[in-house]
Amino acid sequence: MDMKVAKKLGLKERYSLMTRDLAWDTTYQPMDKVFPQTTYEGIKIHDWDKWEDPFRLTMDAYWKYQSEKERKLYAILDGFNQNNGHLSVTDARYINVLKLFLGSTPPLELMAARGFSMMGRQMNGAGPRVACQMQAVDEYRHFQTQIHSISNYNKYYNGMDEFAHQQSRMWYLSDGKSFFDDAITAGPFEFMVAIGFAFEYVLTNILFVPFISGAAYNGDMAAMTVGFSAQSDEARHMTLGLECIKFMLEQDPDNLPIVQRWIDKWTWRGTRKLASVGMMMDYMLPKRIMSFKEAWEMYVEENGGALFKDLARYGITIPKCFSQTIEEKEHVSHQSWIGFYMKPQATPFHTWIPTPDEMDWLSEKYPNTFDKYYRPVLEFFDAQEKAGNRFDNKTAPMNCQVCVSTMKFNEPGDPMEMCFRESIYKGEKFHTCSDHCKEIFDNEPEKYSQTFISSHQVLQGNCEPDGTDVNAPDFKPGQNMLDYWKLDKRALGDFNGSEDQKNFAAWREQATKN
Amino acid sequence: MAIDLRTVSITPLRQTFGHLARRMGADKPASRYIEATMDLQPVENYHYRPTWEPQYDIFDTTRTAIKMKDWYALKDPRQYYYGAWTLARGRMQEVAEGDFDLVDELGLAAAYPAEGKAQALKTFLPLRHVAWASNLNKAYVSSYGYGIAISQATCYASMDQLGVAQYVTRLGIAFDDLDALATAKKDWLEGAEWQELRRYVEDLMVEKDWFEVLVAQDFALEGLLYPLIYERYNEKLNAAYSPVFSMLTRFQREWFGETTKWLDAVIKATGADNADNKAKLAEWIKKWRDRAVVALKPVAALAFGAEADAIMAELVQNLNARAAKAGIAL
Amino acid sequence: MSNAFIAFQKNDESRCIVEAILEDNPGAMVDDQPSMVKIDVPNRLVIKRETVEEKMGRSFDLQELQLHLITISGNLDETDDEFTLSWNS
Repeated sequence: MDMKVAKKLGLKERYSLMTRDLAWDTTYQPMDKVFPQTTYEGIKIHDWDKWEDPFRLTMDAYWKYQSEKERKLYAILDGFNQNNGHLSVTDARYINVLKLFLGSTPPLELMAARGFSMMGRQMNGAGPRVACQMQAVDEYRHFQTQIHSISNYNKYYNGMDEFAHQQSRMWYLSDGKSFFDDAITAGPFEFMVAIGFAFEYVLTNILFVPFISGAAYNGDMAAMTVGFSAQSDEARHMTLGLECIKFMLEQDPDNLPIVQRWIDKWTWRGTRKLASVGMMMDYMLPKRIMSFKEAWEMYVEENGGALFKDLARYGITIPKCFSQTIEEKEHVSHQSWIGFYMKPQATPFHTWIPTPDEMDWLSEKYPNTFDKYYRPVLEFFDAQEKAGNRFDNKTAPMNCQVCVSTMKFNEPGDPMEMCFRESIYKGEKFHTCSDHCKEIFDNEPEKYSQTFISSHQVLQGNCEPDGTDVNAPDFKPGQNMLDYWKLDKRALGDFNGSEDQKNFAAWREQATKN
Repeated sequence: MAIDLRTVSITPLRQTFGHLARRMGADKPASRYIEATMDLQPVENYHYRPTWEPQYDIFDTTRTAIKMKDWYALKDPRQYYYGAWTLARGRMQEVAEGDFDLVDELGLAAAYPAEGKAQALKTFLPLRHVAWASNLNKAYVSSYGYGIAISQATCYASMDQLGVAQYVTRLGIAFDDLDALATAKKDWLEGAEWQELRRYVEDLMVEKDWFEVLVAQDFALEGLLYPLIYERYNEKLNAAYSPVFSMLTRFQREWFGETTKWLDAVIKATGADNADNKAKLAEWIKKWRDRAVVALKPVAALAFGAEADAIMAELVQNLNARAAKAGIAL
Repeated sequence: MSNAFIAFQKNDESRCIVEAILEDNPGAMVDDQPSMVKIDVPNRLVIKRETVEEKMGRSFDLQELQLHLITISGNLDETDDEFTLSWNS
């Protein structure tokens, strides 16, 4: 009898047998028909086998570890909910962080799930294909656990109940939607740079780590658990994004300028997307762990800097926008918060003027900008509010044609001057918020002229509740925006005097008395 | 001051999210599956058209000939959201791990009769490539399918098939080290018995209608292949040799039993929506069933010799019965 | 020189992992934050299976790091015995 002893396989060899050795080159159908998307972007790949697998999890190990994580996570969620954990957060203002998060993040995780499924179908190489599939299924995990963790808050607080309906309709969620729509409609390699690299590697830390730490610091065990648990998957996702960049650069020198252009573009698009994270850290967390500026320095300047230094051996240079993002780190969180404060009738979360203590904290953290530019504005609004003259900007915003942010950022080097740029395409004028967005537009005007800008669409009668007759003689566009958004009036406007504020106080009171 | 929050009894303002209350027709608590699934995929106001297929929107109902009034009717009776799915698979992998360890510890694979080993490997091991193709074809359905109900279930099924390909590989290594894998791959690429099957899965890799891919891969092919190998052939090997083959393929058997419930529910709901769907499904099932029979016959002959035709005929009967039970008359 | 880093959720297992990292990486810097701990090492950070096993008093598969990780920075190389993050600069 044949009694040869099975050779002990190392991790790499074993993983290779369990993935790429399963693959073969098709012959009944040509390979370029089976994988039709990986050539049209101009990226040249000569040998898919040169792909280095980042993490090497076979499915049995994946199920083993992921099921352990899920078991823990749902046990903590159940306990938190059963014990009215929502009443243990620092103060009810914190809950507005969750409203912003629920509206903006799970819908994007969902797009990541669908996008990585597409990559997991379209990549020719077996190595990247499996890694993308694993990221896709992880992304299902993320949007679902996020929804599950916030579901219980929705039962007690206003503004979370219509996130699914609002994801494609709310003006301020349009920037995130355009980010992912842009990536998923690009080719597979650009998607990998956009999401796998720029989003996951360069920017995800600043989105999640301060959010999670902040949630923990403010007593939200549910969000903390979900956030941490998701991050443990992110580590895998980050290595995939980085590996993909290195792979493209190693395969052919002609790939360099294409990859560089994508890195420039997506680092900037991601930076714009993060302005609202800044305001969450600086204004919305009742207890703060660090300022957005400090987080930016730690996770983007230092860490991103290390990354770009590492990639210099392939000829990659630091993204052109990097110096502007460094200048803007002292401004964007204030500009965003003020921007939202000025629109009290148009968001499902509350805003407020920071307390004097909080303003002092901002002065300390932003010595160059806060007292000079932003404290006077906030104090003016505060005085107006107290005098019964709360500022309310009822006009539709002007948006950037590329990042879809409202126009609110300043001219580089001049914080007192708003920045506007414009391009002409097919005789029509398009507005952008910055040099970098303008450059993105000018590179692909055909694509960006399509952007769905809700303030334009409203005027064309495209943002009306179902059943509205836009041809009726008395039709006035934009009269029914609250219905179109399904925006609960209780969720609007100031935190002070809101139902959330009253309920939270009353429920906490109940806990301390008989 | 310590606060005992558990003692607070408060009435919720609402029981669930607005989109779920509208779907359920009442404001009542929704299951985690419902919360994780229903009405979540964007359906409107897309910013750009795909540069890779500009004729479609990012998510587009016209990517299949099937029409549905409600795409979330394609829900999963197992109620698998990620957490439920991964916990179920976690349990299955723990059992499988125990089986592989036991076989290893007791030297059961080494002690398996050489003739049985040779037979099993020849018929079974190339199936690691079929599972790999299944992974890819399910990924297609998951990528371009409409609505999260179908996209998530097929995403999980796609990962399941990667797991299956890896379990088959491990069985090969346990039985005959690495040489067996190389031989099986050569058979898959060149062996006459495998070419129709390889043609079948490769043709599906270029099929554009995602629902047709689902029917062809999951219903027609796997609906015949799994009973053939993991039931009939398994029984034959058990009777002739020992239950080792059975132990090392337990995952696949359990997977098929469970997944069939989901797939039949999807077929049933699709046919129930309208008569055109029913006709389309019948057409696809017949077309791909007949091709699958052609593809699998040589494999059945490897496994069963002269009995192959009779067994295949019986399996086709069973598949037809499944279709009939789901409301699809062939 | 850039820092490679890794961050973990705070729990008993990750405490052992952090101890092992500190032992195997002279120059490691620990940053304690709410519910998480981040460790920076100039240029190259290595986690050795043997050292973690010693700290935990049981056998340890480096893939178990998946359970506790929050984030990493650096090029990753993973073998049965070592988990390494490094920068080429």
